[in-house]
Amino acid sequence: MIQAGVIGVGQTKYDAKRRDVSMAGLVREAIDNAMLSANLDWDAVDAVILGKAPDMFEGVIMPELYLADAIGAVGKPVLRVHTAGSVGGSTAVIAASHVCSGQFKTVLTVTFEKQSESNATWALSPRYPYSPHINAGAGGYFAPFIREYIRRYEAPEHIGWKVAAKDRQNALKNPLAHLHIPGIDEKMVSDTPMLWEPLRYLESCPSSDGACAMVITAKDQVGSRNVAWIKGMAVRSEGTLSAGRDEVNPQAGIDCAKDIYNQAGITNPFNEIDCAEIYVPFSWYEPMWLENLGFCDLGEGWKLTDKDATAIDGEIPFNMSGGVLSSNPIGASGMIRFGEAALQVMGLAEDHQVEDAKVAMGHAYGGAAQFFAMWIVSSSLD
Amino acid sequence: MSAEDTPKDYSESPINLEYFYTAGSATTRFLNQVKEGNIVGQACPKCKAVYVPPRGSCPRCGVATDIEVPLTDKGCIESFTVVHIPIPGNPIVPPYVCAMIRLDGANISFLHLIQEVDIEQIRIGMRIQAVWKPKEEWTHSLENIKWFAPIDEPDIDVATLRFQEL
Repeated sequence: MIQAGVIGVGQTKYDAKRRDVSMAGLVREAIDNAMLSANLDWDAVDAVILGKAPDMFEGVIMPELYLADAIGAVGKPVLRVHTAGSVGGSTAVIAASHVCSGQFKTVLTVTFEKQSESNATWALSPRYPYSPHINAGAGGYFAPFIREYIRRYEAPEHIGWKVAAKDRQNALKNPLAHLHIPGIDEKMVSDTPMLWEPLRYLESCPSSDGACAMVITAKDQVGSRNVAWIKGMAVRSEGTLSAGRDEVNPQAGIDCAKDIYNQAGITNPFNEIDCAEIYVPFSWYEPMWLENLGFCDLGEGWKLTDKDATAIDGEIPFNMSGGVLSSNPIGASGMIRFGEAALQVMGLAEDHQVEDAKVAMGHAYGGAAQFFAMWIVSSSLD
Repeated sequence: MSAEDTPKDYSESPINLEYFYTAGSATTRFLNQVKEGNIVGQACPKCKAVYVPPRGSCPRCGVATDIEVPLTDKGCIESFTVVHIPIPGNPIVPPYVCAMIRLDGANISFLHLIQEVDIEQIRIGMRIQAVWKPKEEWTHSLENIKWFAPIDEPDIDVATLRFQEL
């Protein structure tokens, strides 16, 4: 297999309403930033791979066609990826796969969501045929799984507030983050209204406009560029309505993590990974994924969170950029995790840089927590 | 400047999408029974898992669930949330309880409402039973069940509900 790396990451400013740009302007802003950081000419791009979440979110069906000019894809192969909220991650994996397979030398990949064009909670809460109309957005869907996690492991309620405050404190160090909440702390989180018990307002992700792009290239094209080498990558899914499924600790997440650790030669993720950007749209998913991804044993995740292990200066920093809790253009949210992991090992994360980060993990999940995408990037090829 | 004077660079244009939905043979069999007030799950012939509502195949084994399994309308709350915010397009007034309902003998759960109990008393593992609409209102829909309400039986340990292949 051909070795590949990320040579450019580009993001937009994330905000509730980016009325200053169209969808095309939004994706182009991320692409321009990625192409500039990669120091690459358009001629060098062999193909463009675009991902986003449901087209219902903007009401534009198959936007990759109308966006062909904006994404520099005219006359070039284009592929559209859609795996719900995990799509930013799976798009990165698919883009990288097209380089590792030898199909293309260099691929530009971009993901976006312009949620201000519609209402995502409405789009996620349709009336299904022959069923009572009671579904209540993503928070309403995930809250029962979180309640079961809390019951199973007797976790105290302040854990959720702690994650919510920590990620927003990190966001204050990331000028691109959507939410900048001065003075954010656990008390401020716990004082906000309950939305979907046990989740409070500030324990939930925002709805954002934004895009993220990356340039992924083969080893022989890298030259003298700064690069984040892709050491392991995988996607997994599982049957949403399958008997025996454990929504609190999905098997597909366990398997996907094991796969990338094996590829990267990682036997102890807690010790060997320097930092991670993990998809945490609701506070409690930090301890849940700490366990699911093998950073600790079952029931120990909330204890790691409680002792600040996931803080930016902790033993295993999670979501240094502020994470999905601080910026959530759904289709891009997974790629932001993958791109931020790359920025860490390239030493380009500026104020939210983890000192001496050499190995980083990017993670995304989506749908009913049945889709997973992950990668490990490293500052060195060895 | 008042709100009316503020220049607008956008406008809101609500759209209405109508579509035809074909239930498929497995769901049709299920809904024909629901219309008569019966809940009939479907079992996988290979791993014996019982699905309700059935989708026609077992995601574990990839085979058709062609064994009909009559079920009771009793079960337990596998987990739940209390929704405190109005959802766009949804007529239900918050707060309301949305629960994962696990019927006795079924190996997956489905979402439905819990009513006729103080919200503070609802708990994981609580025993519940369907409260049906009047028979003359029954259609091909799980909306024939108004909601589920607690019954006077001991709680279930939900850890025992996890499906394990025999």
